[in-house]
Amino acid sequence: MGIELRRVTKHVGSETHIYETDLALESGEFNVLLGTTLAGKTTLMRLMAGLEKPTSGEVWHNGDDVTGLAVQKRNVAMVYQAFVNYPNFTVFDNIASPLRVAGAASGEVRRRVESIAELLKLTPMLERFPNELSGGQQQRTALARALVKDAALVLLDEPLANLDYKLREELRDELPKLFQDTGATVVYATSEPLEALMFGGYTATLEEGRVVEYGPTVQLYRAPGSLVSARVFSDPPINTAQVEKRGPDFFLTESVYWTAPAEYTALAEGSYTIGVRPHHLTIGAKDETSVKLCAKVLVAEISGSESIVHADVDGNLWVSESHGIHPFEVGDIAELFLDVKRCLYFDHEGSLIKP
Amino acid sequence: MAKISLEKVKHSYLAQPAEPEDYALKQIDAEWQDGGAYALLGPSGCGKTTLLNIISGLLVPSLGRVLFNDTDVTKIPTTDRHIAQVFQFPVVYDTMSVFDNLAFPLRNRGIAEAKVQERVQEIAGMLDLEHSLRRRASGLTVDGKQKISLGRGLVRDDVNVIMFDEPLTVIDPHLKWQLRSKLKELHKRLGLTMIYVTHDQTEALTFADQVVVMYDGTVVQAGTPVELFEHPNHTFVGHFIGSPGMNILPCEVENGTVRCAGHTVQTASSGRPRADARKTEIGVRPEFVRFDDHGFPVEIVKVDDLGRYRIVEVRYADQRVKMIVNEDLAIPSETPRISFDPAATRIYADGWVVN
Amino acid sequence: MTKTTNQKAWYFVVPVVGLVAFNALIPLMTVVNYSVQETFGDNVFFWEGVKWFEEVLKSERFHASFLRQLAFTGMILAIEVPLGIGVALSMPRKGPWVSVCLVLMALPLLIPWNVVGAMWNIFALPDIGLLGRGINALGIDYNFTQQPVAAWMTTVLMDVWHWTSLVVLLAYAGLCSIPDAYYQAAKIDGASAWSVFRRIQLPKLKRVLTIAILLRFMDSFMIYTEPFVLTGGGPGNTTTFLSIDLVKIALGQFDLGPAAAMSLIYFLAVLLVCWIFYTLMMRNEEQ
Repeated sequence: MGIELRRVTKHVGSETHIYETDLALESGEFNVLLGTTLAGKTTLMRLMAGLEKPTSGEVWHNGDDVTGLAVQKRNVAMVYQAFVNYPNFTVFDNIASPLRVAGAASGEVRRRVESIAELLKLTPMLERFPNELSGGQQQRTALARALVKDAALVLLDEPLANLDYKLREELRDELPKLFQDTGATVVYATSEPLEALMFGGYTATLEEGRVVEYGPTVQLYRAPGSLVSARVFSDPPINTAQVEKRGPDFFLTESVYWTAPAEYTALAEGSYTIGVRPHHLTIGAKDETSVKLCAKVLVAEISGSESIVHADVDGNLWVSESHGIHPFEVGDIAELFLDVKRCLYFDHEGSLIKP
Repeated sequence: MAKISLEKVKHSYLAQPAEPEDYALKQIDAEWQDGGAYALLGPSGCGKTTLLNIISGLLVPSLGRVLFNDTDVTKIPTTDRHIAQVFQFPVVYDTMSVFDNLAFPLRNRGIAEAKVQERVQEIAGMLDLEHSLRRRASGLTVDGKQKISLGRGLVRDDVNVIMFDEPLTVIDPHLKWQLRSKLKELHKRLGLTMIYVTHDQTEALTFADQVVVMYDGTVVQAGTPVELFEHPNHTFVGHFIGSPGMNILPCEVENGTVRCAGHTVQTASSGRPRADARKTEIGVRPEFVRFDDHGFPVEIVKVDDLGRYRIVEVRYADQRVKMIVNEDLAIPSETPRISFDPAATRIYADGWVVN
Repeated sequence: MTKTTNQKAWYFVVPVVGLVAFNALIPLMTVVNYSVQETFGDNVFFWEGVKWFEEVLKSERFHASFLRQLAFTGMILAIEVPLGIGVALSMPRKGPWVSVCLVLMALPLLIPWNVVGAMWNIFALPDIGLLGRGINALGIDYNFTQQPVAAWMTTVLMDVWHWTSLVVLLAYAGLCSIPDAYYQAAKIDGASAWSVFRRIQLPKLKRVLTIAILLRFMDSFMIYTEPFVLTGGGPGNTTTFLSIDLVKIALGQFDLGPAAAMSLIYFLAVLLVCWIFYTLMMRNEEQ
């Protein structure tokens, strides 16, 4: 149920925008499409909305094949990065427009618009025009228009990207609540991993026109199925390095090694890739199993409560993120501790080795 | 390189400003040291771009003086101020090659071609652009173009200050890290005075040595990232810096004890608010709220798992408090109690901190 | 951004296609039909193959009017495009004068062709016209009905007066779309006014100028009414441009075959020049 893409591809001219994709989104949930610019987020959304037809494959919605169905007949709502409102309509008329198109009675329109406006804190602005509003209010109006339709599928294409940081934080908090009771399937595209985590729900990681992985957001973050997925879902970028398993130990270099955590003792000898999230490489040791590394500091940043150190660790450019204030100068040697229990281990193909 | 001083700078976009509200900048006094990295941080409409334009000479302030190295430059046009600026959207000269783009400011100033060659090669090396020098600038990716914009400032050796106007807005998150650490590295290496305007607290705090927080045309607080984080002197700073922002809870102060919804709270503020204060509040950051069996009982409303930590929203009486709980700590399931770290809890009277 | 591929949009185009077929294709086919046959009326036709084409291409009269046409178009482009850009650059970018300027600029464009011809005819008459009398009063012997050079200059001047505004409006729109940041960056880089024009304004104007040049080329290459009203193609044949000549052959002499062949050559010449020009401009764009 919900929206489902079956063996969908999209080619434009000689370019492939979407490689063959199977993706069944959880119905009535918050689904995040996470990937960089040009990863194919917008194209996937447009395919789901019916704004574009797949080159091959089918789009199913609630058990019906809707591949060829026009977007007008699909009961979908979409909100874009740019604030799209009717400039010559008041906020009230903007929000009312989908209802009026659907032919709702005027009393019903008034009631619905007012309740949505209340929810989105737009009540004092109902008589104003979009160009008299701040960016945040304009985007709320666009969101209200999407909400009022009671669409079964709501597509949000980086709707917060053009807003101030604090406004973004506020709306991020409100968004899932808004859709909680509507039963709508929400699809939210973003390039920011942190945003996906804040929404929870389910996440699909995308790279270069492929859906890499789909699953519950936190689970996906904790145990990404592949190195590619881990890279997409990490901000700051995940640190990677080659390690060698010999006997019971993993060797990063001849002098830096650790005993394989219990789950990996049975792993065959050979070379593997480890993925270390920046906050698992810290300035203080977490416990006695942490492994000490010496790193040459390239850049050190302090963001109030966190210290972020970009450093050269045996030829790998790594980022460490630790709690507290730890000033470093460029060229300093920093002692960093690797939380080996929380490292991700990947095989030759870049697939996660599940403990 | 220069020290920049602002003396009683006020600016209004109106011809005859009367009320304080008519001023986009109410009164700014500041002294920025030679070779410092400064950030102007604030929401849209706080006056940060106006201030930037006054420093760059695109605007002449209604009142007050701007000094570079103690020389009054208030009325000197942009061209003669020897500044460089990087804009929100990359500005490159489309028809020219990357090399010619970088050489442009030097050639405009009649610098000998041999010197131009040398400088451009040197700067291109620093920005990792040496392999694209022959390419047309219009063919580069956004981050490449943004590097060119920066490079055009760096090639000149007469630059007093480099200014950045939200330069990372259009850059993907994983490239933001790279560009930001590049900036940081260049700042350390070249010792240039840099001013960075942004609404994004992470960018401001990680980039700057000194952050100037602006709100409604005034400077609310200026200080190091750590000062702003640990000792916000206004609730706005507490809220604006930090993610999520500081918890601000109404309280009563009676006979020297601070009560918040009936519970006595220990604070770091030794003084007491003046009797005529209209509203008194306590501020405590989510980082300094913890589960504590000796604290007061709360009800857990929501838990957002962000992977490395969780944001827990709790409720007591009609107050909501956000707290950050590390991934290693458990969240008590029954009768949770919380307490505030007294060293990081302060009293605010009418928004301003009480010391 | 990717574009939508909704095939239904084609239905909207159907009426236009029908209209174009009725308006252009059918008459065009009639012309093609005439161009390869000889007729003496009464709907009796004789197949002539490419005879008329050969005849036209070899005729000195055609060469002369073609060259005249090229010279005219070249001349007005060389004047109107730089002049148009110049005027657009000197127009205010904001303030109350913007709308005044725009209305002033749009005025000549609103006047019908034949009226422009008639206006200039009277304006330039050496005995009663303001311009004609004015020039003569300066001691310069001027009579556009008698002197080829004067006739040419008057025709060119009339076209410049009528159509420079089009270039101005297009260039102005192009200039307005350049973000302020570019000008600020140029100031900071210490660029001269010429550098700003050469490195920012001209490249950003490239697309609109391509359109302006194409429009002005097509329009001026097919110019008929204005010079016909102004000079009637004279004195002698000195301002007989291609379309005037064509009408003379077709309607004056009723040589339908050669006229049809000439029409086709004329049409293909316009098409070819436009295509070459457009391809060149766009290829640069992609590099």
